[in-house]
Amino acid sequence: MKFLCVECDEQMSFEERALPGDGTLAAAFRCPRCGRAVALLTNPMETQLVSSLGVKIGGRTVPEQPLETIRGAVATGRADAFADGSEHPEPDGQGRVRWSPEAEDRLTRVPGFVRGMVKRVYLDYAREHGIAVITPAVMDTARTELGLEGM
Amino acid sequence: MPLNIRTYYDLTAPDKSGLPEQIGAQRRRVAERLAHVGRVVAVMSGKGGVGKSFVTAHLARALSRGGRKVGVLDADLNGPTAARLLDADRAALVVEGDAAVPALGADHVRLVSMDLLLADGHPLAFRGPARERFVWRGALEAAALREFLADVAWGTLDLLLVDLPPGLARFEELAELLETPPAVLTVTIPTPEAHAAVRRALRAALEQGGRGLGVVENMVGDQFQGDAAQALAEEFDIPVLARLPFHPLPSAWDALAGQL
Repeated sequence: MKFLCVECDEQMSFEERALPGDGTLAAAFRCPRCGRAVALLTNPMETQLVSSLGVKIGGRTVPEQPLETIRGAVATGRADAFADGSEHPEPDGQGRVRWSPEAEDRLTRVPGFVRGMVKRVYLDYAREHGIAVITPAVMDTARTELGLEGM
Repeated sequence: MPLNIRTYYDLTAPDKSGLPEQIGAQRRRVAERLAHVGRVVAVMSGKGGVGKSFVTAHLARALSRGGRKVGVLDADLNGPTAARLLDADRAALVVEGDAAVPALGADHVRLVSMDLLLADGHPLAFRGPARERFVWRGALEAAALREFLADVAWGTLDLLLVDLPPGLARFEELAELLETPPAVLTVTIPTPEAHAAVRRALRAALEQGGRGLGVVENMVGDQFQGDAAQALAEEFDIPVLARLPFHPLPSAWDALAGQL
């Protein structure tokens, strides 16, 4: 997907991807010459079709998770269908990431079918950014930065 | 003044989304995961109710008893039965690293099936907009098949049997995902009606590059009249591998396994 600023005859640069609500996916592009920004807005059906392909507009920011499309999309999954390795207790020691009670509470509201995968993504994010405690604010930041719709 | 509209490829700066590259990465992931799988065999039919899953499960068990490493991928996402047919452990699928560990069924057959993942008694339903679901449901099912191939730690296998639902759509998806189209094991019952339906599906599968291994005629007995397997064998120049009665003995499965 590329955008052309026809007035400048210049390829526009990808700026950001956002999920403003109502099932809309927004992909914003800016012309490097004139600075004009445009956003492509998909309707919910189009957004769903793109996510059904297992691809990310704007590129991937986190590695593909095992069975991520199934886990993210199936609405009738068993809550205990998966046991995720990262849910196992980590050994004590330097670099161990903790969860604040508020973050743990928020995590319990994620459906069990996908919870382990979501937890793993947040843990990886925290480790990569040197974050010792995952809080709701960290979760919000990670969700925005990583483009994790529904997590 | 007319606008100077150009093509995607006229614009040479990188496409940050890189959707073709993402699709390519998905395909490579499938290829890498199956690099140690000797042969992928699609168990298919154009007709429902002929016993594909039954044949798949018992064939897999016989192959395993004969010393071969076997996996079963239940690609019938909406009517999964392989887990029950294989008495699979219904404990949680363990996700370790970049893959889920397959369940273990009878006779050490490795297995993945939507049946292991769905809440008991519930259909496969997806989150998404309530309207125009037909637009994206097929894409999601194809993605689920891809993930069952790419994201399950199949390990080293002699054969991976893919139990397909009736019809041809899932075969096409499977053939697209693999580097080379799968071998095709066709299951039918003796009747002319089954022959007509299976014939169409088999022709399409072979035209798409599938290699015909042979035909298994299931439910042979007084209840169903006809010679569907023989007719298919003659038309497509493939062998009839087995004619199975309603309650085959283990020796029948062993004999079938010996031909693969």
